[in-house]
Amino acid sequence: MKTVNQKAWFFVLPVLVLVAFNALIPMMTVVNYSVQETFGNNIFLWEGLTWFQQLLTEERFYKALGRQFMFTGLILVIEVPLGIAIALSMPRQGIWVPVCLVLMALPMLIPWNVVGAMWNIFTLPDIGLMGYFLNSVLGISYDMTQDPIAAWVTIITMDVWHWTSLVVLLAYAGLVSIPDAYYQAAKIDGASNWSVFRFIQLPKMKPVLTIAILLRFMDSFNIYTEPFVLTGGGPGNSTTLLSIDLVKRALGQFDLGPAAAMSLIYFAITLLVSWLFYTLMTKDDLN
Amino acid sequence: MAKITLSNLRHSYYPSPSEPSDYALKEIDLDWNDGGAYALLGPSGCGKSTLLNIISGLLVPSEGRILFDDKDVTALPPDQRNIAQVFQFPVIYDTMTVYDNLAFPLRNRGRDEATVKTRVTAIAEMLELTDMLDHKAAGLSPDNKQKISMGRGLVREDVNVVMFDEPLTVIDPHLKWKLRSKLKELHQRIKATMIYVTHDQTEALTFADQVVVMQDGEVVQIGTPVELFERPAHTFVGHFIGSPGMNVLPCDLRDGQAYFGEHQVALEGAVVGTPNGKTEIGVRPEFVTLATSGLPATVSKVSDIGRHTVVECDADGSKISAIVDGAGPEKGAAVFLHFQQNQTRLYVDGWIATQAEEAQS
Amino acid sequence: MQKRSIVPIIYILFLLLPIYWLVAMSFKTTNEILGGFSLFPQTFTLENYKVIFTDPTWYWGYINSISYVTLNTVISITVALPAAYAFSRYRFLGDKQLFFWLLTNRMAPAAVFALPFFQLYSAVGLFDTYLAVALAHCLFNIPLSVWILEGFMAGVPKELDETAYVDGYSFPRFFATIFIPSIKAGVGVAAFFCFMFSWVELLLAKTLTAVAAKPIAAIMTKTASSAGYELGLLAAAGTLTIIPGAIVIYFVRNYIAKGFAMGRV
Repeated sequence: MKTVNQKAWFFVLPVLVLVAFNALIPMMTVVNYSVQETFGNNIFLWEGLTWFQQLLTEERFYKALGRQFMFTGLILVIEVPLGIAIALSMPRQGIWVPVCLVLMALPMLIPWNVVGAMWNIFTLPDIGLMGYFLNSVLGISYDMTQDPIAAWVTIITMDVWHWTSLVVLLAYAGLVSIPDAYYQAAKIDGASNWSVFRFIQLPKMKPVLTIAILLRFMDSFNIYTEPFVLTGGGPGNSTTLLSIDLVKRALGQFDLGPAAAMSLIYFAITLLVSWLFYTLMTKDDLN
Repeated sequence: MAKITLSNLRHSYYPSPSEPSDYALKEIDLDWNDGGAYALLGPSGCGKSTLLNIISGLLVPSEGRILFDDKDVTALPPDQRNIAQVFQFPVIYDTMTVYDNLAFPLRNRGRDEATVKTRVTAIAEMLELTDMLDHKAAGLSPDNKQKISMGRGLVREDVNVVMFDEPLTVIDPHLKWKLRSKLKELHQRIKATMIYVTHDQTEALTFADQVVVMQDGEVVQIGTPVELFERPAHTFVGHFIGSPGMNVLPCDLRDGQAYFGEHQVALEGAVVGTPNGKTEIGVRPEFVTLATSGLPATVSKVSDIGRHTVVECDADGSKISAIVDGAGPEKGAAVFLHFQQNQTRLYVDGWIATQAEEAQS
Repeated sequence: MQKRSIVPIIYILFLLLPIYWLVAMSFKTTNEILGGFSLFPQTFTLENYKVIFTDPTWYWGYINSISYVTLNTVISITVALPAAYAFSRYRFLGDKQLFFWLLTNRMAPAAVFALPFFQLYSAVGLFDTYLAVALAHCLFNIPLSVWILEGFMAGVPKELDETAYVDGYSFPRFFATIFIPSIKAGVGVAAFFCFMFSWVELLLAKTLTAVAAKPIAAIMTKTASSAGYELGLLAAAGTLTIIPGAIVIYFVRNYIAKGFAMGRV
């Protein structure tokens, strides 16, 4: 049982200070930008909610948003079941377990621009392993610099390669924590493998899967470096996801106002969806 | 209904065992009668859970056979053995209602819903779960969850043996007795063979008609609770059962008489055979009294445990406990201990080696 | 090995393929890479690695990265430990809201915060220092550490604390000598994640540094744009960025498996 103790705030103070320093001050700056117009040279003109109104009626914004939802949607639909399936098929104990886990974690440990660059060269039609294999060995015409579909396939594959292991690790942790007695009882009850999955494994994995899905949603919704290094947002605009569009505006066109407004809208969307999802998944636990 | 026979059973968790210490179960030959209430009693690591899992089929023994009603089931998987097992902590399907939990084993075997309903309501009524049938199993208290676990075991009509592996471990103490009585009641009603594994002697002695005491992978004694208390066949049984346990004193055997140090101790009867090993005298504190003559000792500790007083004494370097009514002597007092003769026995290498007086004539 | 082990094996092969390609390229000359396709290096060369190990611009990049990542891990874990203890043992005004707010700091697109971060850290005179990047990364690493550690601490029974007080331990001594060792798996997992997310983050690290603390990832992008595509060199640099991560995860490999299980499960 937790006791009530307001002095606990002292324990939390260092964390609060450090995070607030990094969060609140830049956030205030962003809010500041979002309601003003900049002309460089620190000249600011108050614009109020102009940028917000402009964005929410702008086709470019919705296109980027649409691409982002599609990307995140595809990512979740592929990575979560795949991660669970791999976790289910891994041995529960033995010397191979740490070996597998270390190897699986490797993609997550590579700096993101290196990931993007790796996949860039990996998929080049004439000189990359995958590009060469697809074009010259399998005869599939594949060039992500020309073909939007190829570009999409590539960024999705890259993200699946990069992050599925996170889902695997979390799901696996959930699985190994299930005591043997559950499986034994299921054997005695005559349950099928599917029943075991549906009534024992999946419910017991729910907490870790919630974390996994939340993390993947948040990170994929705001993803920037890897796809940018891989495709630069192209060909054309076909893989210009939210953050890439945002950076183009902020740094490329120096439209700090709209960029700041956009980022606040994205932040709000992420917050809303995360909160909804989290509440949904944990409402049963609130007993 | 099933009579269970364990024949030449040995089990090792190692792939190629070579020494006796590699075996979790050393050599078990046992018959369990139909419909009996048995307890498997022993300390942690004695092999009782291993034995239980072999009977239920969750473990295949390295050697030996198990027979249910003289039919060899050693290779049969658990769901074909008509057994039920209740584990240390409640094993329930959280996402299902209590009703669905109880119905699960029947539905898996393809029973029709009408039969399911009859059985589930019957079992729920027996376990006092009827008003919870619609609730989700997840939110209930541990004792109710454990009842659901039991219910799932009993809901199948063809269950012959119900096994309990320390089922009261997570139950609050004040609810333990309630569940224990419920179990006894269930046994009267269902008349299936029930095997109850525990390391708690109170649970074992109150539940069972017959107790199987195990230590280090071997069966040390089988008997009714009274037999175990009154005539332990092994020093381990004497020590484990009773609180405080039996006094075990080193002794020498000279001309068929037992001597504790220089003091001759009268035994219940004649010594059996020619003992060749570590000899010890066993006598329960209940049968040790403070007298005016006898074995000299010094009182080292006096504990009042409510119903009586335990007096711990030092004699020739050994500790001897006696139970007295009322307040005991002062600490440090010199006393004389008297052992009730027909409850004093000789043990050789742990095993009983005297004959009871009645048996002689 | 059972039949279903084929699934993780295929998955791991899939994961290793691009890594193999990167490593293979690092042993080729740029000419060979650009000239055509070759599965193995035709002209095996260590030239790329030689450049990295001898050119200060390159190897300092690694040293810089490791420095600020280690600094960040130490800071994050140090402040997260007492905070996580508070969340796991006490209820206080605003605790749930604070916890949730901490988590929301992962939710904003980092890109637009680059400029404000630049202005902020320049204003406090920390631009181009290890401390700047280490502190900036605290934004997402501290919440994650608190989250992970709290999960592990919830698994330690309060009785442990109470026994220690009865035995006369002062709180700091109890915390340092009894409590933290009991959750060392959690500390390992949290430290691993701090390392991982700080090591791989590029945007803020690049924005907040110029020369003195420039991370290896930034040096790689700089080289890529200025000197044309020295692919062999870049591949070698990239390969070397995998090694510190591999070492760290090797140390926590046993914790990762059971570690999560004791945490938020």
